[in-house]
Amino acid sequence: MRPFTYTKPKSAADAVRAIAAAGPGARFLAGGTTLYDLMKLNVETPSSIIDINSLEGLSGFDTSSSSELVFGAMARMSDVADDGRLVRDYPALAESLWLAASPQLRNMASLGGNLLQRTRCAYFRGGEPFACNKRRPGSGCSAREGINRGHALLGGSNSCIAAYPGDWAVALSAFDAKVDILGPKGERTIALEDLYREPGATPHVETVLEFNELILRIRVPVTPLGRASTYHKIRDRESFAFALASAAVALQMDEDTVRDVRIAVGGVATRPWRARAAEQMVVGRALTAQAARAAGEAALQGAIVTRDNLFRKELGARTVADALMIAKQRAIRR
Amino acid sequence: MSYGRQSVQQTAPFLSSPAIADSGDLVARAVAILAEEADTWRARQATTRTFGVTGDPKAQSTTGGHPAHTISIRLTVNGTSHVLSLDPRSSLLDALREVLGLTGAKKGCDHGQCGACTVHLDGRGVLSCLTPAVQADGRHVTTIEGLSPPAGDLHPMQQAFIDHDALQCGYCTPGQIMAAVACVSEGHATSPDQIREYMSGNICRCGAYVGIVAAIQDAAPKMRRS
Repeated sequence: MRPFTYTKPKSAADAVRAIAAAGPGARFLAGGTTLYDLMKLNVETPSSIIDINSLEGLSGFDTSSSSELVFGAMARMSDVADDGRLVRDYPALAESLWLAASPQLRNMASLGGNLLQRTRCAYFRGGEPFACNKRRPGSGCSAREGINRGHALLGGSNSCIAAYPGDWAVALSAFDAKVDILGPKGERTIALEDLYREPGATPHVETVLEFNELILRIRVPVTPLGRASTYHKIRDRESFAFALASAAVALQMDEDTVRDVRIAVGGVATRPWRARAAEQMVVGRALTAQAARAAGEAALQGAIVTRDNLFRKELGARTVADALMIAKQRAIRR
Repeated sequence: MSYGRQSVQQTAPFLSSPAIADSGDLVARAVAILAEEADTWRARQATTRTFGVTGDPKAQSTTGGHPAHTISIRLTVNGTSHVLSLDPRSSLLDALREVLGLTGAKKGCDHGQCGACTVHLDGRGVLSCLTPAVQADGRHVTTIEGLSPPAGDLHPMQQAFIDHDALQCGYCTPGQIMAAVACVSEGHATSPDQIREYMSGNICRCGAYVGIVAAIQDAAPKMRRS
């Protein structure tokens, strides 16, 4: 691991000042579960670490308001996953947290850090001699013609097909979440969907954040869609694995008819992937198994398969379809 | 649809690749790997030297020309307070094992995938290998060595692991027991399915999982009573 200087500011404003002073080689350290791991591999080589674990006012969360849910960036995944209001009224959000990682990692990882975990694949983590445009821009992509069973089918480019591995951001994107950000010029708010970039020709740039910008909190507008929602995650093993395919679905039914619906897919795309075409296919109609299946296929429209991941096009469509039927059951049970 | 032909040269992705099919390239690659490992080993030796319980003002730099850089932290481990002077890169696991001599927590994968390094930080189960030691500054750590008093009875979870044959080689067991205690104390030992989910971060290569789940089911009510 490369040596680095270490500072531990007490306020968000101090943290932003510290990182701006340290320069673009500096990184914020939250839970550390991705960054510190990649530093051990010499894949991340920050010159300075700004530890944000002592920042005041960022570790709480409030799900009691009638207008929006507010999550501090440094709230821990496990605390939020167990929140009673979230479990009851927004099961997709709670499930996306407790189906992620392992209990130890959920005790360590923060909500803001979870959003910013690197979009990565084994070639990125593996280091030399594997070419990786994300790790070393311009070096090539080993996955394109290598082992790409777990790689993205949606949003990939000639440069990179690494799948965004997170769950929480996928669920948040179904709920039109917003992210409050602090930078040297003050605070700004963006839609969570706008936080992420597709790899294009610059896969090493994964978000629209500047190096000196800090996520303060995540806000989710209160919606009646929450209760009949689910985060459905399909993995190689029952637990502690990334999604081969996942779907966040939130439904509001009017008798047998879908009044409103949100669909986002994970595991199969280079970024959290809101499937609006699929939403359009089910809204205003009866939600039959056939309709759910058609919506699943629409969600995977435009998929580009590589050598080993053809099966995940079908799996992704079925995951969306199953999630729609789970959400429908929850809507009926209300 | 498919991607366009790659315009950039791939670097030896796999042994089956024609790029490294001839033995000359394999030798070159092996030499490069050995050179890298030698660097890692030297860095590791230097890192170990910087560990010092009282803090050595002339602590070794790991980079030769760079100024020495150590950080002083206060750590309460199993009820005893320590002041440690550490390289900021040190993990909590390395501080526990190599500075304090507490070798119960194991370095299995060192990347958060196996759970063998599980300890409690302020009462919650965490991976000490992915916790920079500086993040534990001012906090309380419990390791397997501190789970039960030296002269007293075993912790109910330790006893249950013995009673249910919840181990074979024992390497993962300290991590399993610390995760199991956290599973109960954090309120997630209400059914076998939930136990399995909340123990999923701990791998047992001997496959003692059935005994582990049984041990946790047995110990959970005893822990709640005590």
